[in-house]
Amino acid sequence: MSDLKTSAVEVNGFPCRVWTKGSGPKVGFLAGLGGLPRWLPFLNELAKTRTVIAPSLPGYPGGGTGHSVLDTHLDWVLAVRQLIDKAGLAGCDLIGASVGGAFAAEMAAIFPGQVKRLALLAPFGLFDEKDPATDPWAQRRDAVPGLMCADADKWSELVAPPEGANSVEWPIEMVRASEAAARAFWPLGATKLEKRLGLIEVPTLLLWGEKDAVLPPSYARKFAGYLKGTAKIETVPGAGHLAYLDRPEAVARAVLAHFS
Amino acid sequence: MKLMWFHLMPYTELPDDFNKKHPSVWVDIHSSLFDPRRAHHMYNDFMDELEYAAEVGFDAVCVNEHHSNGYGLMPSPNLIASSLARRTTDTALCVMGNSLALYNPPTRVAEEFAMIDCISGGRLIAGFPVGSPMDTCYAYGQNPSLLRERYLEAHDLVKRAWTEKDTFAFNGRFNQQRYVNIWPRPIQNEPHPPIWIPGGGSVETWRWCAEMDYVYCYLSYYGYKAGLATMNGFWNEMEKLGKDRNPYRAGFLQFVGVAESRQQALDLYTEPAEYFYGRCLHVDPRFALPPGYTTEATQRAGIEGMMTKAANLANPATKAALKATNMKDIVDGGYVIIGSPDEVVEQIRHVATSLNVGHLMLLLQYGNMSKDTTKYNTRLFAEKVMPKVKDLFGDWEDKWWPKPMAKNQRAAVPSYTARVAAE
Repeated sequence: MSDLKTSAVEVNGFPCRVWTKGSGPKVGFLAGLGGLPRWLPFLNELAKTRTVIAPSLPGYPGGGTGHSVLDTHLDWVLAVRQLIDKAGLAGCDLIGASVGGAFAAEMAAIFPGQVKRLALLAPFGLFDEKDPATDPWAQRRDAVPGLMCADADKWSELVAPPEGANSVEWPIEMVRASEAAARAFWPLGATKLEKRLGLIEVPTLLLWGEKDAVLPPSYARKFAGYLKGTAKIETVPGAGHLAYLDRPEAVARAVLAHFS
Repeated sequence: MKLMWFHLMPYTELPDDFNKKHPSVWVDIHSSLFDPRRAHHMYNDFMDELEYAAEVGFDAVCVNEHHSNGYGLMPSPNLIASSLARRTTDTALCVMGNSLALYNPPTRVAEEFAMIDCISGGRLIAGFPVGSPMDTCYAYGQNPSLLRERYLEAHDLVKRAWTEKDTFAFNGRFNQQRYVNIWPRPIQNEPHPPIWIPGGGSVETWRWCAEMDYVYCYLSYYGYKAGLATMNGFWNEMEKLGKDRNPYRAGFLQFVGVAESRQQALDLYTEPAEYFYGRCLHVDPRFALPPGYTTEATQRAGIEGMMTKAANLANPATKAALKATNMKDIVDGGYVIIGSPDEVVEQIRHVATSLNVGHLMLLLQYGNMSKDTTKYNTRLFAEKVMPKVKDLFGDWEDKWWPKPMAKNQRAAVPSYTARVAAE
């Protein structure tokens, strides 16, 4: 397994970090709420047999302040499209989680050929009034970790400042990740994705943490109902919204099985 | 100096166990607590109180905008202001104000403010707040990451709508209008009604007010002791920008309870003050910080300032000023100024001069204060306090005050006599 490589691509004049590790066929990862403030055990699992490429979406850690020029959903979709192209992920397998999942679905729907196979881990994009998603942006501070992960410590570990981090800029970056998510998905987490899911023809895995406290696992069936291509639903026991933090091996296993 | 009478219009009958049984006075406050038939009386009492304040000689009456809020029953302050335009004659009407990003298109604000200015004969002060997170992002669903950009664009559009003579097209990031041409136009057209900006303590807002030549208003509920640091920051910034210390560049909100003696003031105002600071400010913290609402520059200043803040927290005066809910701490913290007329005079003079504020916005009704008590507080202030503080800042010109039509040119509004029963 090769070492982690860091490079940057430019989207709308703002640099976005691209992390690459591993060897074998390429697989892209668009992270969920909080983004990627650090490399993850989940990505290491994937990198054992695949070349993992994880570009940072604008506004998320590594993605600078590129979110500040994205005013509409179309702006976001085109920014992600450029990011996928420039990171060398066009035509590859793509994993999108949570907020990143909504964009991964857009790529497969709007740009056929851009995505080979799709894995959506509790993606944003839909909202059901009868089964409402939790508002991730109206939470008391101490409630956030337990909302994001079944094991609250997993979230706390994700966002904890690493040694040597700038004590002023680090917390601002973490808030910025939340702002970037809000900018694209405020107030309901929905982008009327149901209007475009019917365009997705590639095989799609819908993977949900059994204990997802943000998006009800029942949303998996709603997604599956809209997709044109084959859809497979899997539930990960003991995992919350960011299942790839709670159960990295189990999630990686399911994703790799889908892509093989 | 200018003494302005401000009403928040709080719902006055929140239950005693409100804080125990309900998570928040704002955003998701339960509808079962709202009795429209009681609100009928509250609104009419509040409007009587505003009219009374104008009658006894306050320079302005002030109203503001809140949504889904148990202490602010004015989703549309413009409705109240238009009524006041007819029921008052010479008092300035300070709408503090309309949260610009909430109006679609924002020219709605230009139109409604122009209407109030026309009806009142040019007495409008146009307040443009960004709006609180609870009002804008939660109750009104606005995107916190786009709120300020939308606000600034809406401001530009409203100002152009007021000042451009010809129909124009506006092609903004968020607003596109092919034909902008508002009717009516404001009476105050040299160049437009005075614009006042209620804000928190961000340097960006101070700079913007200076650049635009607007009045900056610090509308805190925590009184002059807690407000001192913010106002010092404001004046330091003005000095850096080469602006004079004209006290009329600034406005400040202060709660007051005046009575014949300090003890009588405590007897009268303890219940309404504790109602306000207890029940009315019981806001669920989950609605306080939508991501993106606070700019990164302000976050940075906040984090870097934490050391100073920690030092301030050690100061007992500041400590008391954080969320006190009992009268002793409320008074010690300076949230509410109480006392006999002379004691209040002394404190008001101190507030005005120490903060260097020429526009003092007074809350003389708060919490569940009754109409009788409110009128008593208002009358005593007007008769015994106002004459002894009006002389302050006489050397400065208030360039930010409304310029109404000459009195003899204004419409004669049929006189209004309150029913005896309302007294």
